[in-house]
Amino acid sequence: MPLLMPTPEPQILSRRDEIVSRLRALLGGERVIADETARRAYDCDAFTMYRALPLVVALPENVAEVSAILALAQEMNVKVVPRGAGTSLSGGSMPLEDGILLAMGKFNRILEIDYENRCARVQPGVANLAISKSVEAQGFYYAPDPSSQIACSIGGNVAENAGGVHCLKYGLTTNNILGLEVVLMGGEIIRLGGKRLDCEPYDLLGLMTGSEGLLGVVTEVTVRLLRRPPLARALLLGFASVEAAARCVGGIISKGVIPAGLEMMDRATIDATECFQPCGYPQDAEAMLIVELDGTIAEVDYLVGVVAEIARNDGATTVRASTSDAERLRFWAGRKNAFPAVACIGPDYLCMDGTIPRGRLPEAMLGMEALAKKYALRVANVFHAGDGNLHPLILYDASMEGEMERAEALGADILRLCVSLGGVLTGEHGVGVEKRDLMGEMFSERDLEQQMRVKCAFDPQGRLNPGKVFPTLHRCAEFGAMHVRGGASPFPELPRF
Amino acid sequence: MSLAPRNESEFAELLRDAAARAAPLRLVGSGSKGALGRPSAGEALSLSAFSGVRLYEPEELVLTAGAATSRAEIEALLDAHGQELAFEPIDFGALFGSAPGTLGGLVATGASGPRRIKAGALRDHLLGFRCVTGQGEIVKSGGRVMKNVTGYDLSKLVAGSLGTLAALTEVTLKILPKAESEATLLVAGLDEAQSLAALRKASQAPADASGLAMLPAGLRPLSLGRNVAAIRLEGPAISLQSRRDELVALLAPQGGAFETLDVEQSRGLWRRLRDAEPVAQAPGDVWRVSLAPTEGVRFVERVRAAGAAPIAHFYDWAGGLVWLCFEPAEDAQAGVLRPLAESFSGQATLLRASDEMRARVGVFQPKPSALAALTRRVKESFDPAHILERGRLCAEF
Repeated sequence: MPLLMPTPEPQILSRRDEIVSRLRALLGGERVIADETARRAYDCDAFTMYRALPLVVALPENVAEVSAILALAQEMNVKVVPRGAGTSLSGGSMPLEDGILLAMGKFNRILEIDYENRCARVQPGVANLAISKSVEAQGFYYAPDPSSQIACSIGGNVAENAGGVHCLKYGLTTNNILGLEVVLMGGEIIRLGGKRLDCEPYDLLGLMTGSEGLLGVVTEVTVRLLRRPPLARALLLGFASVEAAARCVGGIISKGVIPAGLEMMDRATIDATECFQPCGYPQDAEAMLIVELDGTIAEVDYLVGVVAEIARNDGATTVRASTSDAERLRFWAGRKNAFPAVACIGPDYLCMDGTIPRGRLPEAMLGMEALAKKYALRVANVFHAGDGNLHPLILYDASMEGEMERAEALGADILRLCVSLGGVLTGEHGVGVEKRDLMGEMFSERDLEQQMRVKCAFDPQGRLNPGKVFPTLHRCAEFGAMHVRGGASPFPELPRF
Repeated sequence: MSLAPRNESEFAELLRDAAARAAPLRLVGSGSKGALGRPSAGEALSLSAFSGVRLYEPEELVLTAGAATSRAEIEALLDAHGQELAFEPIDFGALFGSAPGTLGGLVATGASGPRRIKAGALRDHLLGFRCVTGQGEIVKSGGRVMKNVTGYDLSKLVAGSLGTLAALTEVTLKILPKAESEATLLVAGLDEAQSLAALRKASQAPADASGLAMLPAGLRPLSLGRNVAAIRLEGPAISLQSRRDELVALLAPQGGAFETLDVEQSRGLWRRLRDAEPVAQAPGDVWRVSLAPTEGVRFVERVRAAGAAPIAHFYDWAGGLVWLCFEPAEDAQAGVLRPLAESFSGQATLLRASDEMRARVGVFQPKPSALAALTRRVKESFDPAHILERGRLCAEF
């Protein structure tokens, strides 16, 4: 089914020159991109299946400018799409032909590093990894580490509630930020949280995180800094079946061990990585685990022993524990290169992002195998086994007529399978446009309406990033319907939107 | 007689009816938290039908239970499997003389304790919920898996909302294993500022402390003759000694006398700190102030300088949480604490005071106007007729 985006509004398209000149009055000429060739660079994010040329690209560099742009957008009734580094895998910052693309790349400064309060204030365009780099000499880091961390921006991480391989122990973005400065549609600037831990009701900081750019534009982020543990060691465990590997994961956790990272790769992914960059993964294994343990030296050495014993008892065919940091990184090298490795055999791939209750993994794998057969495509799996986040990589060849559509249909079926097993559509990549039309698989109309009402509380005109997350667009007034008895509106003094 | 819907559809019908009449309702689990927040208006509505554990999978670290399930039942169940609610929720019994309450009550208060600095707050462990909104609609949000970004994270909104958005019927929490063992390092005899500096230093050390509190001299429950800074270490027993030794080496140059509490003593101490016993036992109005850890001591100094000397106080979260108890005053010292908290970018919550006082001076830090207006719009997106816990959060709704 083709992706339908809101029809571009002719009355906006026809006022393009006026919008451009109003923006230039705010930002000057250089930071408003109107030229078609230059705009072309912004026509998609990392979800490249669909593209659209933005109406105009604005590059503000301070909060006053963002506020002025959003006030202008509200006044002229123009849509706005915020964009960080453009690494979204779900099309969260896919432009609209009748919308201003608000590119936050110039917000690239680290404003303050405060070790005593273990936090840093940064602008949203700062790259995720740049935060850790700036504090590593003092022995600190910022925990969430999405695989795009060298490029992805912290503002985008907030919008998508980005994860990474260390989520089970250290949480996602939402568990690692303390404060936000946000500009609302209309231009109001609010501050949520700060350097403190308590959040008074309502926790709008938590709501903003993962709201995919639909509620407000983030202009500053206060992140928590963690002390880098003195030691990290990894175990490489091979198993004769996915079931045995899954059983071992359950065994580790039920022993009270929460590993810093706990990754599973299936046969197809092991083969691909060994072909791409050999790093000594067990060739006889149907499934492989990488278990990383971190902490103080005594703690880590002890836990490595505990995990190795559990693995042996669960019939592991390979048990290797890193004895140096170089060896630990070698264990990870294949996993970190799993996506490019799979791309090598693909030649194209679609990366899915469902989460399932971990214990249902064998069923999920069998189900996926059957679906792959039905669609005559191959699927390789990498799995954040600790937290149940599954990344099936659907291999296809875009040059073959109809394969991309088949891959998309298989992806949708895999996500339906995840939901039917008690899981969810997306663990860390976001809904965006990619999974938008599947929201009904997981949520009832009532559930979605409540989410849309929350959206209306922030953006009553529905101008901020429309066409994302929700499968249908509603005007906020439609949700104002009250249950009225006897012809009288209850609470007549209440404002209705 | 209170209303007591037997299932979600009856509940929804009841709330639709109340919304149509704009008739306010008070949500009652076990009635243990009536003294929290401003007094709310309306007929009592019992959630007792929504009780019982629906799902507990220790290996999956997940528990789903009806909102009226008792906290004691949940804790006993988790304990039997060596697991716990890692956010270490406060039991308000010491402050209010109340029973431990229900799971829904925990979520409604967003309670979290000393381990907040390491494990996060309740909001970080609420994976999903079912509820009936103030419009009388049955809504679910989130899920039962650890990692989920599908749709808005409404769990964050309902955590700590005191029932003002929706009536929870079922909640799903992330559960974590209990630490194998614990110990607490005490540093005695430093002044307050030095004690808190030591805690902040410890908070930056690799020892990975899960509790950083400071008790001024004379305070119960320790009744020590000197100021005491307490640093909790949790984890495999084999790791505790070396982590403790590293901390002593780090902190010794600043002086102070070191002592170590064993696992039982340590558990006892942190239980009492969790429940705010040092201020709960003093007779008076109790405030909880959250701010940047470096500001804790300065905040208390400024409170004293403004002529409002607390009769008891202590610090948690390395100074980022200050508990204070004051002798009864005309405004419970709101006139001193709120402007000061604002100037420190913190927030001061009036946790214990008479109904009359909480109604008159309010409970939460006032918000700037744009944020206050947004907060009201969010409230109305769930409960447009202001029927749920009217007045609990603020006088406006």
